Amino acid sequence: MKLSEFLTSAEELARRNAPAHPIVMSSRVRLARNLRGTTFPGWAKKPDRIKTCEKIQAAVESLPQMTGAFSQSMDALPALEKQILVERHLVSREHAAKGAGSSFVLSRDETLCVMINEEDHLRMQSLRPGLQLSEAWRAIDEVDSALEKRLDYAFSPELGYLTACPTNLGTGIRVSAMLHLPGLVLAEQVNQIIQAVNKLGLAVRGLYGENTEALGNLFQVSNQMTLGESEAALVEKLGKVVTQIIEQEENSRAVLLEKKPKVVFNHIGRAYGILASAHIISSKEAMNLLSLLRLGIDLGLFPGVPLALVEELFLVTQPAHLQFRFADKLSADERDILRADMIRERLRTVNRPQPPPAAPPLDNPGET
Amino acid sequence: MLCMVCKQREAKVHLTQMLEGKTKKVDLCDECAKAKGVDDPAGFSLADLLMGLGAANELAQSMTEAGEARCPRCGLTQADFKKTGRLGCDQCYETFRESLSSLLKNMHKGTKHRGKVPGGSPASPATDDRLMKLQQDLLAAIKAENYEEAARLRDAIKALKQDSANAMA
Ligand SMILES: [Zn+2]
Ligand SMILES: [Zn+2]
Repeated sequence: MKLSEFLTSAEELARRNAPAHPIVMSSRVRLARNLRGTTFPGWAKKPDRIKTCEKIQAAVESLPQMTGAFSQSMDALPALEKQILVERHLVSREHAAKGAGSSFVLSRDETLCVMINEEDHLRMQSLRPGLQLSEAWRAIDEVDSALEKRLDYAFSPELGYLTACPTNLGTGIRVSAMLHLPGLVLAEQVNQIIQAVNKLGLAVRGLYGENTEALGNLFQVSNQMTLGESEAALVEKLGKVVTQIIEQEENSRAVLLEKKPKVVFNHIGRAYGILASAHIISSKEAMNLLSLLRLGIDLGLFPGVPLALVEELFLVTQPAHLQFRFADKLSADERDILRADMIRERLRTVNRPQPPPAAPPLDNPGET
Repeated sequence: MLCMVCKQREAKVHLTQMLEGKTKKVDLCDECAKAKGVDDPAGFSLADLLMGLGAANELAQSMTEAGEARCPRCGLTQADFKKTGRLGCDQCYETFRESLSSLLKNMHKGTKHRGKVPGGSPASPATDDRLMKLQQDLLAAIKAENYEEAARLRDAIKALKQDSANAMA
């Protein structure tokens, strides 16, 4: 089956997922595993890598969770389809660059996926909308428990699951949440939060951005240490920190609205104006403006407009998703034009933002 | 003091970060600090930095001291590890055990796995902690040449291990 026929459309995906949570876009848990007595993918010779890959792929395909799954060798996937998987956070950039001897398996409901022979023999991931860290952990824990009956894992009672990079040793777990934090960015408090979270041994990274830029005010929070704590403890810790960041974000939105409502409405109004009127727009600009549109929806400035609309536009305006809709190979300039056309069209039925009426001044109460 | 990354220029940036109650220090020159994104809190992760260069160098160095260590299973050498920061196979963890242990101490919360175990529930953390305490006491007793106490502790460890093995079976 072709990937394009397998994947849910961006529109349907957004409808299914949103509004899972106004601030937490998604929750993810990934586990790294390797086979006992088998050279890690990055150090193995190609024929061995291919042999190992076939063995693992067969085991993964036989899981009950993978009934009806999409399963493909990386060399059989066209570059554009790989890029779509990257934009959906199902495959890492490193894995997308792989060819023969590496594979990818995606469950029918698109919530579980396994990268075979990425940096480790297995990188399995559970991806869920909104704040569902425990649910994501439980789902991938089950996949792992089923797989360990079919494969002999490299494990040491002392050091836990053995991984190619010592930074993943032990539990091999990475728990992460993708957060939308426009309030903290506008209030210029986000760096403080990042530093505080770093002190707890957790990492915060801007998402999508080259280097450190946080496109679309999207940040990913994840654990860094994997050895010395149980999976449950790490999931719980990340959950607590995410809950605190959500509170901070809500708080800074409330303060901004109280102290500088005009600044907030100005940002959102301009974002709407550009998105609804532009004829040329880069992916980067679109992401940043869509973030403000999303904030406007959260704040009730666009009555009746579902968050799903923004989620969908976030995805379909990414370069590969955009290219996918058109048969001809597009240049970057052509993409910027088609992206603007698409956004204008989707916003045609969205009315201008309606800031709430100003509260009557207290010292001059109106007539009763 | 020399920069711990390039080992050439004078270190001007001194970072201390508390990670889970442990203080970790990194000394860098201006160029390397910039290259590592230290000036940008969003991009900087001490663990990555320690892993990326400092720790890999540290490991490579201690391996040099131990002679040209080479994994008997996969053939990975210190130079290979230094280049990629990645090990070659599960056996590498045994081969480079000693040099890795100091690296892991800097990188993680602990050096003992406390999570999931294939084929069953992990030994309870409480048992683990008790076992660790007993083993420390045993070492202390041997050092103090208190052999009576050492014998008692040895039996206690044996009993505890037996208990948890039974519980898991
Ligand atoms: Zn330097
Ligand atoms: Zn090896």
